[in-house]
Amino acid sequence: MSDAVSALAGAAYEGYCQVSDAGLTGMVTIRGDLGAAKVKAAVKKATGVALPGQGAIVAAKGRKLAWMSPDELLLFCGYDEAPGLTAALTEALAGQHALVANVSDARVVLRVTGTQAREVIAKLTPADVSPGAFGPGQMRRTRLQQVAAGFHMPDETSFEVIAFRSVADYVFTLLSNAARPGGEVGLFDG
Amino acid sequence: MLILECPYCGIMADETELTPGGEAHLKRATVGSTDDAFESYLFDRKNPKGVHFERWRHSAGCGKWFHAARSTTTLEVYGTYAAQVSEPPKELVAKIKKKCPGWEGWQ
Amino acid sequence: MSTRLESLGRLIDRSQPMTFTFNGRSFKGYAGDTLASALLGADQMMLGRSFKYHRPRGAVASGAEEPNALVGLGQGGRFEPDQRATTTEIFPGLVAKSQNHWPSLEYDIGAVNSLFARFLPAGFYYKTFMAPPAAWKTVFEPFIRQSAGLGAVPEEPDADRYEHLYHHADVAVVGGGVAGLAAAKAAAATGVKVLLLEQSAHWGGRAPVDGGEIDGMAAEDWVSASVAELEAAPNVTMRLRMQGFGVYDHGYLIAHERVGDHAPGEAAPRHRLWRIRAGRIVTATGALERPLAFAGNDVPGVMLASAMRDYLVNWGVAIGRRVVVVTNNDDAYRTALAFKSAGLDVAAVLDARASVISPLAQAAREAGISVLEGRGIGAVKGRNRVSGVLAVRQQGDGGAGEEIACDAVAMSGGWSPVVHLWSHCGGKLLWDEADAMFRPDPARAPSGADGAGFVLTAGSASGALTLAGGLADAHAAGKAAGRAMGGKASRKAAPKAGAEASQPIAPVWIMPEGAGPAKRAKMWLDFQNDVKVSDVQLAAREGYQSVEHTKRYTTLGMATDQGKLSNINGLAVLSQALSQPIPATGTTTFRPPYTPVSFGAIAGEAAGELFQPVRQTPIHAWHEAHHAHWEPVGHWRRPYAYLRGTETPADAVTREVVNTRENVGLLDASTLGKIVVKGPDAGRFLDMLYTGMMSTLPVGKCRYGLMCNENGFLIDDGVVARLDDDTWLCHTTTGGADRIHAHMEEWLQTEWWDWRVYTANLTEQYAQIAVVGPKARAVLEALGGMDVSREALPFMTWAEGELGGFPVRLFRISFSGELSYEIAVPASMGQALWDRLWQAGQTRGIMPYGTETLHVLRAEKGFIMIGDETDGTVIPQDLGLNWAISKKKDDYLGKRAQSRSFMASEDRWRLVGLETLDGSVIPDGAYVVAEGRNANGQRNMQGRVTSTYYSPTLKRGIAMGLVAHGPERMGEVVTIPTIGGPAIKAKIVDPVFYDKEGAKQDV
Repeated sequence: MSDAVSALAGAAYEGYCQVSDAGLTGMVTIRGDLGAAKVKAAVKKATGVALPGQGAIVAAKGRKLAWMSPDELLLFCGYDEAPGLTAALTEALAGQHALVANVSDARVVLRVTGTQAREVIAKLTPADVSPGAFGPGQMRRTRLQQVAAGFHMPDETSFEVIAFRSVADYVFTLLSNAARPGGEVGLFDG
Repeated sequence: MLILECPYCGIMADETELTPGGEAHLKRATVGSTDDAFESYLFDRKNPKGVHFERWRHSAGCGKWFHAARSTTTLEVYGTYAAQVSEPPKELVAKIKKKCPGWEGWQ
Repeated sequence: MSTRLESLGRLIDRSQPMTFTFNGRSFKGYAGDTLASALLGADQMMLGRSFKYHRPRGAVASGAEEPNALVGLGQGGRFEPDQRATTTEIFPGLVAKSQNHWPSLEYDIGAVNSLFARFLPAGFYYKTFMAPPAAWKTVFEPFIRQSAGLGAVPEEPDADRYEHLYHHADVAVVGGGVAGLAAAKAAAATGVKVLLLEQSAHWGGRAPVDGGEIDGMAAEDWVSASVAELEAAPNVTMRLRMQGFGVYDHGYLIAHERVGDHAPGEAAPRHRLWRIRAGRIVTATGALERPLAFAGNDVPGVMLASAMRDYLVNWGVAIGRRVVVVTNNDDAYRTALAFKSAGLDVAAVLDARASVISPLAQAAREAGISVLEGRGIGAVKGRNRVSGVLAVRQQGDGGAGEEIACDAVAMSGGWSPVVHLWSHCGGKLLWDEADAMFRPDPARAPSGADGAGFVLTAGSASGALTLAGGLADAHAAGKAAGRAMGGKASRKAAPKAGAEASQPIAPVWIMPEGAGPAKRAKMWLDFQNDVKVSDVQLAAREGYQSVEHTKRYTTLGMATDQGKLSNINGLAVLSQALSQPIPATGTTTFRPPYTPVSFGAIAGEAAGELFQPVRQTPIHAWHEAHHAHWEPVGHWRRPYAYLRGTETPADAVTREVVNTRENVGLLDASTLGKIVVKGPDAGRFLDMLYTGMMSTLPVGKCRYGLMCNENGFLIDDGVVARLDDDTWLCHTTTGGADRIHAHMEEWLQTEWWDWRVYTANLTEQYAQIAVVGPKARAVLEALGGMDVSREALPFMTWAEGELGGFPVRLFRISFSGELSYEIAVPASMGQALWDRLWQAGQTRGIMPYGTETLHVLRAEKGFIMIGDETDGTVIPQDLGLNWAISKKKDDYLGKRAQSRSFMASEDRWRLVGLETLDGSVIPDGAYVVAEGRNANGQRNMQGRVTSTYYSPTLKRGIAMGLVAHGPERMGEVVTIPTIGGPAIKAKIVDPVFYDKEGAKQDV
């Protein structure tokens, strides 16, 4: 797989928050009846991660499982293990009505880190990302200005943003612009 | 700029996360229907001053379609509910009737 | 004489002087000055000229409502016209210039318009320019062009940056005067999340100027204490220089923060647009003082009484050394008293009320000020500035009076609550007879998602004009807002202020009551648009009874200040003219924004490279490096052609077409939609979506499919591949991927929700590369790996395997008529695979080709293109695609519609090829005309051209078109007019121009 390159090729920007390409990331879409015991068990078995509840993201064993809709999960894993996990999930869900697809290449993951990371995101999304409304352990699908995106907070001062690959440049520029020095609002200070 | 609660993901969604889908609970007319019935299915839409049942999609979100009952005049939202029904939930209809005594009903 | 005093000036810092220029002249001001206060402090009374008559004008107000003092600010990329000097904070090096004059502010040629004022009455543009017609070009238009427009248009691109910010609050309080502070404190005490914003650079609003005690403290001290309390509260966010300018549905409030106006620079965004979602919005927006209409009320030096007080107390600027105050209410006495106590001369207070005994009037008398009852101003003396007034009896016609020398006039016609934000979303008003004002009707608030009112008003914005009443009202509003948002009960007490006795306002609008036509033509209502009492009265006489019509006929309230000072006076004058009470006339509609907002703020970051997202394929950089001439396709950028050397795009297309037909071409087809559809009911579902049968497609095979909507019209097409027993891969058009995926989900979720089908849009997971041409197979074979022979992989099949070490899915499909492979590879490897194919093709004449070559190749083959041959009104039958419609199916989306009488008609325009007799290329969008003309005198039509190209293969123009009875008219010659050229003759032919048997693609 040495030929694979991420859409942003390791781009990084240092503003009043840091914006960076998270690099190639494994991502697997799982569609199925998340309420069905067999589906839950199969996903748990194949990924080693417990199923997230509504709007949640659960991490275990270096992987993360995010709730995307009542019948959709997104697995984050190593880029190289995504094909294998896709196959394992397909195998585990055989006999169930389900769809598993490797989407690692369809999306990009970016990181925004810094004490004002919430503010940078708040410049771009109608979602409420203030403390109390949003925090680590939650997954939010929404838009970042003109494009669809999703994000979660690995910790209190960082975001992982998922967007479609074709708009990787737009999203990187958008986040970098929002993090430009001089644009500090001080919204979530103290 | 409305805010509607997506019944699937529980998010109070800003209108810019949503896509409108017009009148809810249309019954599909197809092969075998009369010209009038088919024309009505394609083109006839309610345009009420007051209670209206609509389809919305949480397009910049979980991607699910849902229904909303709201007033086109006061913008009060009586409730949102899943799209997989052919008529509004009875409790919701009862709630609206209570609030709007003069309302002629959803059909 | 307007001067800066040694004392007073609570907002300025005399230890920080700064210089700026106005009309090229250097001026000195202090930190904390506005442009208006600094200029007035230097006796620069005249700040601009009026729009229509170019009359000399000075500041009439001290804040956002200012109609006159508009200036052009900044230079080059930072120049902006029509900025209010009263809200512009000065900074060192500020550059401003006045507007609407030529050649200079002092000497202006346009002022000659004043002499022709009688030719410019209300609605003059409907009357004056009617005849003779020839005069329009030679006289009227040049005149209008010369005088039209307010300020100058910036000539350079905006040098600043802007941004948006989304904010969520339980309660947003708009306005940081004492009412706003009280409301915010009361709301915060309930524990909810509060946002408090103030348009100016200072908290406290008018109260520190007007005086009074709150909770036993001077107003100014109470403001400081309240600000400190709110700043310490963790649940409160406070912003200065931010105006809430628009209220929209469901608690959507938009605010404009002027981040960098007072300190321009490269780093900070100049403006920030806040998009606020609030549960409750409390408008503590205060009230605006109204001017009085008397002859000459626009002469520089005539100013609102409250504004004159502001300049004195806030900035230490005395607008005059000897002032006349004219009023119909008590409040203006505060100005008289302030001037007196500053050691200035108050010549007289002219009070329109017959007898004045209020405590404020008494205090004035005690201070030695002459109070003249039942008086008004009959005329203002002076042209470029006030030199005196004629004091007349208000009851009379202004014929006789007493001349009083003065250098400034402070006027007060009463106060109007700022109801704009309340009204934006439907809040209703009621007429308050006692205070002669419209105020919000709390019983008719704009309602929100919960059905309750979501806007509350506080303080004088509610019409509670006294300090004590305003504070009590604001406290109650803040508390109610907090409680409505689930806040806890709070025992915080309302701030207290002493009660003030006052005497009611007299509803006087013009002075004197019986003024004749000459005086009424000098009484300004709308200063910015030069609308006078006589204009409104004329409109009424001419039958304009609706206030909305009068507004548009006279332009009253249509200037950039939106009539903040003029609307109520104007409709009072209209009501009098119509002999009806004011509420019967009503108000015009209040619309956002409250004051003008920069385009930059509205656009936010969406300028330059962030104007719109540009979607890029994984091979984008390579295209760029190889001189791609780009074409936007949806949000995608696709190479139209790759230019070599001095080639034009047309040259490049010809070369690419020939090479692809003769050797091999490479196309980046990554943008094609790729949607996986899986489940036990997937076959049944696709049979409903496509006109053809997809459920019977064998695994490993591909089939071309058409999709229609319920109206029967074509919406998309593409090749479907069956991946396994319950999985299909549907290719869509480039622009169709998201739309068709949404279309599938819509039907699955809302109609056939019991069908077990899942979809996934995998469009961007794969780079897809088409290798096209007679040598395509040789190129693939050179990569090594899976068997790509005709036997192993025949036409319209697919296979999975490895090619040159890449994991690929290989499709034998063709949109060109040539031997063609489409290779799907994970997007992250797209560039690497492209490079390998490029290398492997070097000895075989490989060339990349773009979308235009794709179009020419498909047109030569008679393949339709969604968006060219279809336009949302075309059904498959029109395009001769009956072969792609299954006869065996009971139903599919569009089937019923296609049997409607008009759809089934033989008279529909249908697809044919068009071959020009002279070999020329028909222009895009051309029509095929028929005999005769229609009722509108236009040529009758019998068809239109949908695709037209130069075919390098056939070395002639080819086209496709929809023509009435076309397929039955083969060989017939039709006429196609062109714009500005001779009509083209073209023969109706089969739309397949090249390789009719399809032998070349199936090898």
